[in-house]
Amino acid sequence: MTSSKAEVLPGTLDLLVLKTLDVMGPMHGFGIAQRIQQVSEELLQLNQGTLYPALLRLEQRGWIASQWGVSENNRKAKYYSLTRAGRRQLQEEVASWERMSAAINRLLRTS
Amino acid sequence: MRAFFHRLVSLLRRRRLDDDLDAELRSHLEMATDRNLQKGMTPKDARRDALRELGGGSGLGGVDRIKETYRRQRGLPMIETALEDLRFGFRMLRRSPGFSLLAVLCLTLGIGGNVAVLSWIEGILFRPFPAVVGQERLLALGGTARGTPGSDDLSWPDFVDFQRSCRLVELIEDKIMGTTLSIGDRAERASGSIVSPNYFDALGIRPVLGRGFSPDEGSGRNAHPVTVISYSTWKERFRGDPAILGKTQVLNGLPFTIVGVAPAGFYGTFVGYSMQFWVPTSMLERFDAGGYKLEDRGARWIEGFAKLKAGATREQAQEEIAAVAKRLEAAYPETNRGRGVELLPLWKTPFNKASELLPTLGITLAVVSLVLLIACANVSNLLLVRSLARQREITVRLAVGCGRGRLLKQLLTEGLLLSALAAAGGLAVAYACRNVLVMFFPASSGIALNLSGELDWRVLTASAGVCLLSTLLFGLFPATQSSKVDLAAALKAETGGVIGGDGGRGSGRARVRAGLILVQVSLSFVLLVGAGLLVRSVQEMRTASPGFSTEDVLTTGLDLFSAGYAPQRAKEFQDRLVDRVRAIGGVESVALARVRPFSYLPYSSAPIAVDGYRAAPDEQPTVEYNEVGPDYFATLRIPLVSGRELARADDETAPLVAVVNETMAARYWKGEDPVGKRVQVKGRWMQVVGVARQAKYGTFLETPKPFFYVPLRQSFSLRAVLHIRTAQAPGTIATALAREIHALDASLAPQEVITLREHLDRSTAPQRIAVALLSLFGGLALLLAAVGLYGVMSYAVSQRRRELGLRLALGASAADLLRLVMSYGLALTGGGVVLGAAAALATTRLLGYILYRVSPRDPLAFGSAFAVMAIASLAACLVPAWRAPRIDPVRALRD
Repeated sequence: MTSSKAEVLPGTLDLLVLKTLDVMGPMHGFGIAQRIQQVSEELLQLNQGTLYPALLRLEQRGWIASQWGVSENNRKAKYYSLTRAGRRQLQEEVASWERMSAAINRLLRTS
Repeated sequence: MRAFFHRLVSLLRRRRLDDDLDAELRSHLEMATDRNLQKGMTPKDARRDALRELGGGSGLGGVDRIKETYRRQRGLPMIETALEDLRFGFRMLRRSPGFSLLAVLCLTLGIGGNVAVLSWIEGILFRPFPAVVGQERLLALGGTARGTPGSDDLSWPDFVDFQRSCRLVELIEDKIMGTTLSIGDRAERASGSIVSPNYFDALGIRPVLGRGFSPDEGSGRNAHPVTVISYSTWKERFRGDPAILGKTQVLNGLPFTIVGVAPAGFYGTFVGYSMQFWVPTSMLERFDAGGYKLEDRGARWIEGFAKLKAGATREQAQEEIAAVAKRLEAAYPETNRGRGVELLPLWKTPFNKASELLPTLGITLAVVSLVLLIACANVSNLLLVRSLARQREITVRLAVGCGRGRLLKQLLTEGLLLSALAAAGGLAVAYACRNVLVMFFPASSGIALNLSGELDWRVLTASAGVCLLSTLLFGLFPATQSSKVDLAAALKAETGGVIGGDGGRGSGRARVRAGLILVQVSLSFVLLVGAGLLVRSVQEMRTASPGFSTEDVLTTGLDLFSAGYAPQRAKEFQDRLVDRVRAIGGVESVALARVRPFSYLPYSSAPIAVDGYRAAPDEQPTVEYNEVGPDYFATLRIPLVSGRELARADDETAPLVAVVNETMAARYWKGEDPVGKRVQVKGRWMQVVGVARQAKYGTFLETPKPFFYVPLRQSFSLRAVLHIRTAQAPGTIATALAREIHALDASLAPQEVITLREHLDRSTAPQRIAVALLSLFGGLALLLAAVGLYGVMSYAVSQRRRELGLRLALGASAADLLRLVMSYGLALTGGGVVLGAAAALATTRLLGYILYRVSPRDPLAFGSAFAVMAIASLAACLVPAWRAPRIDPVRALRD
C-alpha cells in the first residue's frame, strides 16, 4: 500500500461512532463520517458504505437511538444519539482499547 | 434477544424501513453534494464524487450493495429467504397449473386418507368420549375366567365389592339396554343404559337441567324409578320443554320420573351408540328379562369402566384389583372360582364397536399409508419431469452463483408448498368423511348410531408430520437431482439412451423414474391383492352356509317383557301366535328362540357337568346355549346327527331335555353318542335327546365351539324372536303378521321383519367397511400407478424422438417400434408385479383376522390383481406406443 491513509481497523468503527456521538451530541450519518475523517486529520479512510449497517447494528443493540430531524442547511436527516447503555458500552470499549494498545505498544518497544 | 426482536419487527415493516433507508442515504448524498459544491466543484462532479465516496468507488451499484448489506443486517435472513422461497414457489406453481393441480390432487388423496383414518382411530379407539372429563384415565373393565381367553362381564355383588375395596380406581357401570319409549300414542324403540349412581359425577358430566343420580338410587329392588334423558331426546321428543323435570316417562310399562337432562354432545359411553336415556342400577329388573340379578354373584352382566385416580397407573390399579379378586375367589368359591378382572385401555374395550372395528381400522391405516407412498412416488415422478423442463432456469441460477444449498432449500420449499396445500385439502376430506363409517352400519329401529372421527390437536399434529414426511419422501430426491446439474453438460443437448436398451446408458434420472414406477406398480399390486382377498371373503360370507339355512327365513322380535306380560299369559300368547302365523298362506314352519344367531344380544351361558367327564382342577366347563321353541331345527334347517327335535311336549311339566352340538358331544362324551346321557346345567340335570350339526353362532370367523339348546318352555324368556320359514317376501309377511298380532293384542307394537340373510349381512359391517375402503383405495392406487406409467412412457417416447425417427428411417416397421415401446412399458409393469407379489405374499397374512374361508395366498385374488394390473398397464402404454411410429423421421432428425 503506497497510500498513507489507513483503513479503519475492523471492529473499531463502533468505538469511533460511539465516541463521536459522545463528544458531539446527536448527529446525522453524513456528519459522523465527516467528523471521523476530520478529527483523524484525514489519516483514517472511512468506507462510508460500512457506516450505515454499523449504525443499524448499534441501534439494534440499544446503544444509540435515532430520530428524524432537520439539518443546519434545512435538509431532512436522521439524527443519532447515544443512549445510557451506549455510554456504558463506550466506557468499556475505550478501556479495552487502551489495554490492548498498551499491550501492543509494549510488545513493539521490546523488539 | 433484543436484537432478535428488533429484527423480527423489521421483518414485518420492511417496506417502510426500505423507504426510510432510501431517505437517509439520499439526505447523505445531498449533504455531500452541498459540501462539494462549496468546494467549488461543478454540480455534476459534486454529485458523482458524493456517490463515489459513499459507494466505495463503484457508483450506484455501490449504494445498492449498502442497501443489501443493510437489509441483511436488519432482518432475519433465514426467515426472509424462506419467505422469498415461498413467494417464488407460489409463482412457479401458478406458472404450471396443470402440474400443480395434478400433484396437489395426488397428495390430497394420500394425505386426506391418512388424516381421515387417523381421526377415526382417535375418535373411535383412543378418545371416543370427548364430553367426558379425563377420558384418558378411563379403563375398560373386563371379567376373566381362568383358562378362557378374552373378557366377559362382572356380577353386581362383585362390582360393589371392587368399588368398596379399590383405592386407585373409581368403577363405573354402564350396561346398554333396549326398550320401548312411549310418548303419547307414539311408541318407539329406544336404547338406554343402566348405570351405577356415580355415573355422571365420575365422568364429569353435568346435566344441563336437574341432576345425575344420587348414591342411594343404586340399591333397593325397583325402588327408584328415575331417569336422565339425553339432550336430543329432550329437544326432539319433548320439544325442549323447560319444565321437563319431574314429569314422567313410561319405560317398559313403568312411569319413570325425569330428574335430569344430559348436556349436548354427550352420547353415553358405549362406542358406536347414542343413548337416549339412563336409569340407575336398582331398576335393572325392569329392563332385563333375565330377572333380578343384583344379589346374584353368579349372574355376570355388568360392563363398565374404571377411572384411575390422579397419580395412579394402570399397572398399580390392575395389581390392586387382582388382589381383591383373589380375596373374592377365596370367599365365594362356588361362583368365583378362577374369576379375575382386567383393566384394559379404551381401544381394547371388549364390549363395544371399538373392538369390532379395531382390526379394520388397523388394516385401513396400512392401506392409506401405502396410498400415500404411491402418491409420493407419483409426485416425485412429476417433479423429476418438471426439473428437466426447468433445467435452463436452474442452470442459470447456479451459473450466477446461487449456492446449491440455497437451491435445494428453494426446491424443497416448493415441495412443502404442494404438500401444505394438499394437507389443507386433506383436512377438508377428513372433515367431510368423519361420519362415513356409520353408513356401513344399517339403521335398525331404536338404535341411534354414533361413530365419528375426532379432529383434535393430536390428529392435526400427526397430519402436519405426515405432510412434512411426504414432502421429504417425494421432494428430496428430485431436488438433489436438480441441484446436481452439471453446468458443462447442461449446455449440451440431452444425450438420450435407447428405449429398452441397457439401463447403463440411460441417464440416472430415467433409471430413477423407472424405479419409482416399479414402486408404484408393486404397491398398487399389493393393494389390489388385498382388495381381491376381502371381496372374496365377503362373497364367501354371503354365500357360505353358517350351518343353518338363511334362505327363505324371516325373523322378527317379540318383546312381551316390555309390554308387561306375566309369564303364564306370555306363554299362552306365544303359542296362539305361533299357531296363527303357521296358518298364514305360504308359511312352512315357525319357531321361537330367545336369541337370533349373529346378534349382539349374548347367548345364555352356564357351568355344566357331565357324568364321566373329569374337568381339570382349575377348569370350570362353561358352555353357551340358546332357548328355542318347537320346530326350531326344522325351521332353520339345522340337521340333527342323531336323536330328535325339541317338541311342544317338552314343556315345564315334562322332564328337562337338551340338544347338544357335535363339538360338545365330541369333547364331553369322547365320541360316544350322548343321546340318552345326562348333562347338568346350573345344577339341574337334563337328558340329551339329540345332537345337532355344528353351526356358526356369533360370527363367521369363530372356531367350532361347544353349544347346546334347551326348550324355551323349560327356561322361559318373555323376549323372543320369531323365525318364519316361507318363500313369501318380508313385506307380505309383515302385513299378515301385524294383523295376527293385532288380533291377539291391539296394544302390542310389531317389530321390523327382515330376512335372516339381511340380519347376517348387518353383522358383517366391519368386513364390508374394509372391503369398501380397500377397493376404493386399491382403485385409486391403480389409477395413480397407471397415470405414472403413462407419464413415464410418453416422456420416454418424446425424449427418444430422434432415435425412433432414425430407426424408422433405417427401415424399422411401425410394428417394430410399437413392440419396442410396449415391451419397455410391460417390462416395467412385470418387474413391479413380481416385487408386488412377493410383498403381498409376505403381508396378506395380516388380513387373516378378517378373512373368512379365503387363504391369504388365494390364487384367484392374486390372479385377478394380475389381470387388472396388466390391463391398466397395457392401456397406459398403448397411447405412447401408438404414437411412436407416427413420428415424422425427417422432422425428428432435423430438430
